[in-house]
Amino acid sequence: MLRAAIKSLLGRKVRLLMSTFAIVLGVAFVAGTLIFTDTLNRSFTALFASTVGDVVVGPAGEGGAGGSTRTVPASLVRKLERVEGAARADGNVNDASVMVLDKNGKALGGLGAPGLAGNFTGAPAGQGLAGLTVVQGRAPEGPGEVVLDAASARRAQLFVGQEIQLVTSLEKGLLTPTLVGIVDFPDGGSLNGASWVGFETRVAQRLFLDGRRKFHDVWVTAEPGVSQAQLRDRVAEVLPGRLQARTGDEVADASASELLKAVSFLTTFLLIFAGIALVVGAFLIVNTFSILVAQRSRELALFRALGASKRQVTGSVLAEAAVLGALGATLGIGLGVLMAMAIRTLFAGVGLDLSGQPLVFRPRTFVAAYVVGVVVTMAAAWLPARRTARIAPVQALRDDVAMPEGSLRKRFGLGMALLVVGGTSLAIGLFAVDVEQDGWYVGAGVLGILFGVVSASPVISHPFLAGARALLAAVFGTVGNLAGQNSLRNPRRTTATASALMIGLALAGTMSILGDSAKASVDRSIEENFRGDYIVSNMAGQPFSPAIARRMKRVEGVERVVAQRFVRAEVDGETRGLAAADADALAGPLGMRVEQGRLADLGRGAVVVDRGFADDRGVGVGDEVVVTMNGTDRPLRVVGVFTDNPVLGASLVTTKQTLLGAGYPDRDNFLVIDVREGSAVARTRIEEVVEDLVTVTVKDQAAFAEEQRRPIDQLVLMIFALLGLALLIAVLGIVNTLALSVIERTREVGLLRAIGLGRPQLRRMITLESVVIAALGSLLGVVLGVGFGAALMRTLRDEGLEVLSIPWDQLLVFLVVAVVVGVLAAVLPARRAAGLDVLKAIATD
Amino acid sequence: MTALAEGSATRLGDGGVPAARVRNLRKTYGTGQAQVQALAGVDLDLVAGQFTAVMGPSGSGKSTLMHCCAALDTGTSGEVWIGDKELSKLSDAQLTALRRDEIGFVFQSFNLVPTLTAEENILLPLSIAGRKPDRRWYDVVINTVGLRKRLDHKPSELSGGQQQRVAVARALASRPRIVFADEPTGNLDSHSGAEVLELLRRSVDDYGQTIVMVTHDAVAAAYTDRVLFLADGRLVSELHDPDREQVLSVMTRMTAPGAGPR
Repeated sequence: MLRAAIKSLLGRKVRLLMSTFAIVLGVAFVAGTLIFTDTLNRSFTALFASTVGDVVVGPAGEGGAGGSTRTVPASLVRKLERVEGAARADGNVNDASVMVLDKNGKALGGLGAPGLAGNFTGAPAGQGLAGLTVVQGRAPEGPGEVVLDAASARRAQLFVGQEIQLVTSLEKGLLTPTLVGIVDFPDGGSLNGASWVGFETRVAQRLFLDGRRKFHDVWVTAEPGVSQAQLRDRVAEVLPGRLQARTGDEVADASASELLKAVSFLTTFLLIFAGIALVVGAFLIVNTFSILVAQRSRELALFRALGASKRQVTGSVLAEAAVLGALGATLGIGLGVLMAMAIRTLFAGVGLDLSGQPLVFRPRTFVAAYVVGVVVTMAAAWLPARRTARIAPVQALRDDVAMPEGSLRKRFGLGMALLVVGGTSLAIGLFAVDVEQDGWYVGAGVLGILFGVVSASPVISHPFLAGARALLAAVFGTVGNLAGQNSLRNPRRTTATASALMIGLALAGTMSILGDSAKASVDRSIEENFRGDYIVSNMAGQPFSPAIARRMKRVEGVERVVAQRFVRAEVDGETRGLAAADADALAGPLGMRVEQGRLADLGRGAVVVDRGFADDRGVGVGDEVVVTMNGTDRPLRVVGVFTDNPVLGASLVTTKQTLLGAGYPDRDNFLVIDVREGSAVARTRIEEVVEDLVTVTVKDQAAFAEEQRRPIDQLVLMIFALLGLALLIAVLGIVNTLALSVIERTREVGLLRAIGLGRPQLRRMITLESVVIAALGSLLGVVLGVGFGAALMRTLRDEGLEVLSIPWDQLLVFLVVAVVVGVLAAVLPARRAAGLDVLKAIATD
Repeated sequence: MTALAEGSATRLGDGGVPAARVRNLRKTYGTGQAQVQALAGVDLDLVAGQFTAVMGPSGSGKSTLMHCCAALDTGTSGEVWIGDKELSKLSDAQLTALRRDEIGFVFQSFNLVPTLTAEENILLPLSIAGRKPDRRWYDVVINTVGLRKRLDHKPSELSGGQQQRVAVARALASRPRIVFADEPTGNLDSHSGAEVLELLRRSVDDYGQTIVMVTHDAVAAAYTDRVLFLADGRLVSELHDPDREQVLSVMTRMTAPGAGPR
């Protein structure tokens, strides 16, 4: 039987390969994601290994992301040098807001990779690896001299001996030192897209530590034979209490996992799409196998007549599926490798350069790919395979073998039940208040509804298909009628084919609604909450010197300048944004609406929280919130609760003094500027202030809104690109079904041709049927998408997405695209049908 | 009995107007050693208003002859005329139109489009052509085939004989120049078969329809005006106004061991 199964597979290569395509894509997503994740996991740790010493000594607790003013004294370095087992100790000065301008004056790392800076020590990294080492030129020796990492120098096309431009958040924003050397990691390693500018130590202290002879941390290098842990323990003995020592491996791991967490959304995303591709692919497999089994029913009946048992017949179909699944998985792994390489390139584009790292293939990847490919294919083929067992041997002798079909009513009932369960689950996830893991309820609900619709669709689609038939008959006459009838002929097949498109479009519809609503919400909240005339901000939300605010205030025509700053802090171990601004500015230009308490009470050590945070934690005016700032727990007094406000960008708002007291550097993130009525020259003058800081820009409200919308657009676009793949699978599904239908109806096609149906008419008939399928799928998909989108928007109302905006034009485009898709999908099957030899077609069994 | 004259085998018909003419039609399949001559030079006039049967043993070329006459296949050489059109000079689109407008078909099985009702099937060639049916003629056809009550049934709801009668009605509906029937009773029981054959006979007698039928059933052949016998791609014999016994005796002689076309 197995040989018969393989023979039968070989006899239908093209057809089967088409249906495998979906499996190939699904597996490719799975494999690609796993390979990439493994590559990330390994190389991140490897990458960071060269960027830390054996033991790192610094202030206790995690540092804030925006730099820190907490330091260790320079005297500590000499003390650490004398620790037994220490080869040397080097003090480091670190800063994360020095942007390098390339030879055209544009900032490097435009998409968020930080601009790092520090003192160049030439210290070795941990585990005997070389740290940053001068590979060209020399080390910086005084003011006005810097070294730059090799990757950045290459990208910026800067060369030793040139005067380069650095935009900093220092009082004097723009620095123009001479590039005296290029540094690199000789033992491999990377800054992951960040740039690094090295100064001489005293110069760095003058720039970033106000000239104090201190360091942000100290690297201690172990003597040969001394392990990192041993050295750490010895170092720890001599440290004062507020300092801590960590091994380089610990620090590298921590940095790596932090970065991994930051990119984990991408891998989650890709795995979700792998799931979608597989679900859609499973439909295609079910469909293909149903048709194949129907076509082969006589052959299968012959097997039965020749003495094969039911189990053997079913087994042979499943064996075909297994072989197909394995084949699909193999191709999928190949495609997955390409996909992983593509993602790596994509990452290099946004500054995370992993190009030096080989891809990591773990056995898990292959196991997962094959299990997913084979199991999905076999599960999908199981339904049609089960039906073969009901073929009676005597049918081998009959002319027309009708495949036994389950009742549509039962299927409709199942679909309705799934709809109810899915709807309930969705409702619980969306609206019930005290439910853990509501995301799972929402996901299960969406899935339940999708499957429910798929299951019930042969019945619920009937009015649509009947209407389409009538319409086609009226517009295209007999050919239209025939096409409409064909789509009604086997509603299971029509709707199963349409389902693939439906799922893709339901998700696309949902995303477009979420995206559009998010943009509309951003627009509205900016319009409502931003009263200022201009906004000054740095690239990627980077901070800048408070000197800019002071200079802005002196510009003629400027009425008011409000400075806002953001830092990262932790509440109960969860990272949160903490904003700071003057109390009077909050109520004014920043549009904070206080519900409880008084803004006037907001002073040092006090905080106002938004309604969401207050409800979540059950805190109110007068309570205390413990916020971990810069590694130290500090209790902050809650003096007010304000209405959620996306423009403020943080649930917790305190004062500048609170942040400074906690050791955050004195830097602003946003300025909101009001100008006097009719002061047309003000804008020009404001822009002059930040003229030499190319990364700092002045925007009016419209431009600011545009900037805020852009990431949403990018995200939606990215999702659309991936959904495009789901769409491609759906198109292939239609091609497949139509091609198989044409084969199945060869005799009928021959008959129609014999009695005078012209080739163009035949092609039109098949195209119209394809369009009906595509229109059905996209209509169901768009309806579901609007439903899901609207439902999800309701839950997101708490997150500040208040506006439900349905992009009808986009949805209409989806429908039009679907019709085009239908036309395109029909090209090959129609050509095939039209090319059939009439005589042979009539003579076909 | 005496109509079975050796010399009459390739003679033209009996003087009526031909609805179709075949001149020196040859059809070969394959090349070299494997070459098979399905038609080895056939000359034939199919007389308008006559019911003609084409008979012959398997492989005699009778189906090929019919397919060539019906514009479903083309000969290797020779001419086939339907009315005043020579088929080898027509494009595919013209052939399609010819089949649609001038030829009717009844096949052995799978004659109807399963998604359409009986009525839609009957009117299919007309509606494909975008022509309105002649209502009076349509009524005549429906009455003749006797299916008025079944018009809105799908083929799957009709018996084999009824399906075949619908197919005959479809062939007649467009008043084609000539109707080709390929073993129309091959799949039917004798009672249903007789119904279909009587229907064909009646459409010749009452409405002057020209019909050519391929069959190897002597009973079916006995319904016709003229029987042509093919063997090895040649016309070898011909009967006029045959009865069953005549047909059977010719058939027996043709298939007897050692017998060949002379």
